[in-house]
Amino acid sequence: MAVLRDELIGLRSMDDMIKARQLVRDCAIFQGLSLVDQTKIVTAASELARNTLVHGGGGEMRLQALNDGPRRGVKVIFADRGPGIPNIELAMKDGYTTRGGLGLGLSGSKRLVNEFSIESQSGKGTTVSIVRWK
Amino acid sequence: MGQNMQLAEEIRKRQDAILKDWMAYQVSALTLRRDLVKESELRETSRQFLELFSEAIGVSTDTSSPSWKPVKDSLAEISQKRAAQGFSPSETATFVLSLKQPLFDLVQQRVGQDGKRLADMLWEFTKLLDHLGLYTTEVYQESREGVISRQQQELMELSTPVVQLWDEVLALPLIGTLDSARTQVVMENLLQRVVETGARIAIIDITGVPTVDTLVAQHLMKTVAATRLMGADCIISGIRPQIAQTIVHLGVNLNDIVTKATLADAFEVALARLGATVSKAASTS
Repeated sequence: MAVLRDELIGLRSMDDMIKARQLVRDCAIFQGLSLVDQTKIVTAASELARNTLVHGGGGEMRLQALNDGPRRGVKVIFADRGPGIPNIELAMKDGYTTRGGLGLGLSGSKRLVNEFSIESQSGKGTTVSIVRWK
Repeated sequence: MGQNMQLAEEIRKRQDAILKDWMAYQVSALTLRRDLVKESELRETSRQFLELFSEAIGVSTDTSSPSWKPVKDSLAEISQKRAAQGFSPSETATFVLSLKQPLFDLVQQRVGQDGKRLADMLWEFTKLLDHLGLYTTEVYQESREGVISRQQQELMELSTPVVQLWDEVLALPLIGTLDSARTQVVMENLLQRVVETGARIAIIDITGVPTVDTLVAQHLMKTVAATRLMGADCIISGIRPQIAQTIVHLGVNLNDIVTKATLADAFEVALARLGATVSKAASTS
């Protein structure tokens, strides 16, 4: 599998989030994703970037354009060194929220992408990785 | 310090010659914007600056000392003016940096062949003028940042207009990112206008909102709920196909809210609710 583009940006403020969304959209267009798929990965990235910022206290986003044979896709990885998620199963449930949101960010983003993985260690941080294929 | 006094005296004595050289360097510099500043004006500014400069250098060569304050104030004024006129940062800094050459010439003439003293004095002057150069750039940037933050504020207010479409029908076209701060402004404007106009229906159009995630959806729902409490109904329009699919996958429930694809559709619904109809005039031919 070839990685065509590999970018890393910090997520420290709301401005960074806007930049992150634009980068993901750029990359999705570059990879030839349809308008619906572009919107899906950008929206998922928006949710996860906000989680990194609000729950993880800031972190970084890595963006990759993937070519796997004929398949083209976009991979985004969010990493923070925040408090971690004590119960991932609970956090992935629709409607579960700790900060008064809708509680659909994590579970919703999972439904918007083809691949979703989450790792979290208490006190060490959380890493979420998503891929949307064309 | 005696040396400084001598130096200041020397600068004052040879002010005209220095000014002439300095002007020549400024004028020959590619960065001088003749379209933005007149030569006579530049000469006057330079003359005033040189006076302040020689006064300050007589007291100390440390630009952070209070004796340099008038020089810095004058520089700040020049930088702010140039920033407003559209000079670039390097064009602005060239003003003070181009003073190096004439001053170096002066030092060289004074010290002559004593290599060590020459090097020491040139270093002192370089440090001094570099500090002043950096200072101009700092002031320049600050005044630019002031412009940016004022524009941001303006943009925030400009981008949330509430317009009246019909008797008792308001529309709020949203454009851009809907963060918490903007939602607050949007909600306040809308509720205020509902009270003022006695509107019964408000249409929120999100055609210009690029990304609708759960937070945006939540903000919209809150705005709709608040409008309902004021006695008006809300319709959300401008839901594009890709946004509709994304909202469904996210699992956001907008079932309680009337939504339409376009502002025109929403307007039609609003008119129907008010019992009004719009029809094309029958052709008279």
